[in-house]
Amino acid sequence: MIRDITLGQYYPGQSAVHRLDARTKIVATLVYIAALFVVNNFWGFLIAAAVLFTVIGISRVPLKFIFRGLTAVFLIIAFTFIINLFMVDGRVLWEWKFLSITYEGVRRACFMAVRLVLLIIGSSMMTLTTKPIELTDGLEKLLKPLSKIGVPSHEIALMMTIALRFIPTLMEETDKIIKAQQARGADFESGNLLQRAKALIPILIPLFISSFRIAQDLALAMEARCYHGGEGRTRMNQIRFHRGDAIAAVLVFAFLGVIIASRWI
Amino acid sequence: MAYINVEDLVLDFSKYDDDGKPMEPNRALDGVSFSVEKGSFVAVVGMNGSGKSTLAKCLNGLLLPTSGSVEINGMKTSDESHIWDIRSNIGMVFQNPDNQLVSSIVEDDVAFGPENLGVDPEEIRKRVDEALKRVDMYDCKDKAAHMLSGGQKQRIAIAGAVAMRPSCIVFDEPTAMLDPAGRAKVMGIIKDLNKEGITVVLITHFMEEAMEADRIIVMQNGRIIGDRTPAELFADTEFVHEAGLELPTVIELRDMLGMDKKIMSVEELAENI
Repeated sequence: MIRDITLGQYYPGQSAVHRLDARTKIVATLVYIAALFVVNNFWGFLIAAAVLFTVIGISRVPLKFIFRGLTAVFLIIAFTFIINLFMVDGRVLWEWKFLSITYEGVRRACFMAVRLVLLIIGSSMMTLTTKPIELTDGLEKLLKPLSKIGVPSHEIALMMTIALRFIPTLMEETDKIIKAQQARGADFESGNLLQRAKALIPILIPLFISSFRIAQDLALAMEARCYHGGEGRTRMNQIRFHRGDAIAAVLVFAFLGVIIASRWI
Repeated sequence: MAYINVEDLVLDFSKYDDDGKPMEPNRALDGVSFSVEKGSFVAVVGMNGSGKSTLAKCLNGLLLPTSGSVEINGMKTSDESHIWDIRSNIGMVFQNPDNQLVSSIVEDDVAFGPENLGVDPEEIRKRVDEALKRVDMYDCKDKAAHMLSGGQKQRIAIAGAVAMRPSCIVFDEPTAMLDPAGRAKVMGIIKDLNKEGITVVLITHFMEEAMEADRIIVMQNGRIIGDRTPAELFADTEFVHEAGLELPTVIELRDMLGMDKKIMSVEELAENI
């Protein structure tokens, strides 16, 4: 269940997309997300989708892998779709008691759903093709200029590295706790929504306690390995811009231009 | 002078009652003194709560003495200006392999220590490759740490310590959470590291592991109650039981058969039978 979320999981590969500098990919993803909010008609989405699928094609990440991540957020997409479907005023297509579906509502709902799907796939493409450590390194480098005004760029990057590292550990921990509580007769599957939410308490409290314990262990291990903040620290992997990054950057901004132009189609 | 010098070490953990008033502190270590020569292999054994792990954390300044002193190569852990020097000289491997890896990717984790020391990128690369080969995990350098077995993770943790080029490594029950195969492999690596000149302090529950050491320190209630060679320690059955320890299977069998007390290994035993 929780394991299926692809967001934040790396799919190893050697493609041109994999080899891009993490900074390029972070900026490109941000531009892509911004572009999705600039789009105001379906032509724009068509272009955005075409670009996205070209990138997926180049990266050789299997579509199955990408869509598996999408199923986890299916509920959010469905919810957005339904809310938009019923909540927009306009030309009525269908009516039943207080519910009504309008032409504008259908349009808006489809619009939002497509936008969300592209947004999720687009951002998961970044995490799928970039090693987490490169991603955090890239972020650290991108935020570096901001450290002059007090943004703790190294600390933010390290926090992300550790968070990513401990996602699988905490999931295992959760699984263990669920099984332990089930073995003692805890019931997570029946009852109404409120009862089920209450049933989660015996999972959450041990999970919190064990994550504090893990944090303490980790802090000791880090101190034992001479961690003392970002000052005077070097990195094994030096990230550098290559020609591919320059090409990618040009393409990304060309894409943004086309998307802006698409508003007037 | 010895490499590690612990003198009259006392360590209190402060406790507070519900109103936040200080209570009688918990004395975890009570007048501990010993020294470890460079290149030797010392095992520390004792029951749960005897202060073994606390002692380990004192050796690299993770915990500072309440009174007494811990000196590493002539540097006091209580002297703040030496703390990073001491920690880079004394590597440490903890019990839980899951909770001591910092990075998701094997080689990035091994690089964490040297990165903290500010070593040049190319030099880090070299050290990481060397350390991974040292623990026989070079083929897994690009793998995700959470996909590995417990024993493999523990070997990565050892590589992480080795990559810092320490002169001594303190192992705090490194095999407690491993299966027998993983345990044997980790023990093999520890022995090899010692043969290569790294001073080893091994805290353990397994007497079979302690037997491999040059010297065994026995702890009880925060005190050292014995500091002997394995042969001396396991010859004294009464003392071993008093300390709440068990005899290794080989020794037990040897004594049951009423054989020579000099016999210390399965091979010797088999030969004499």
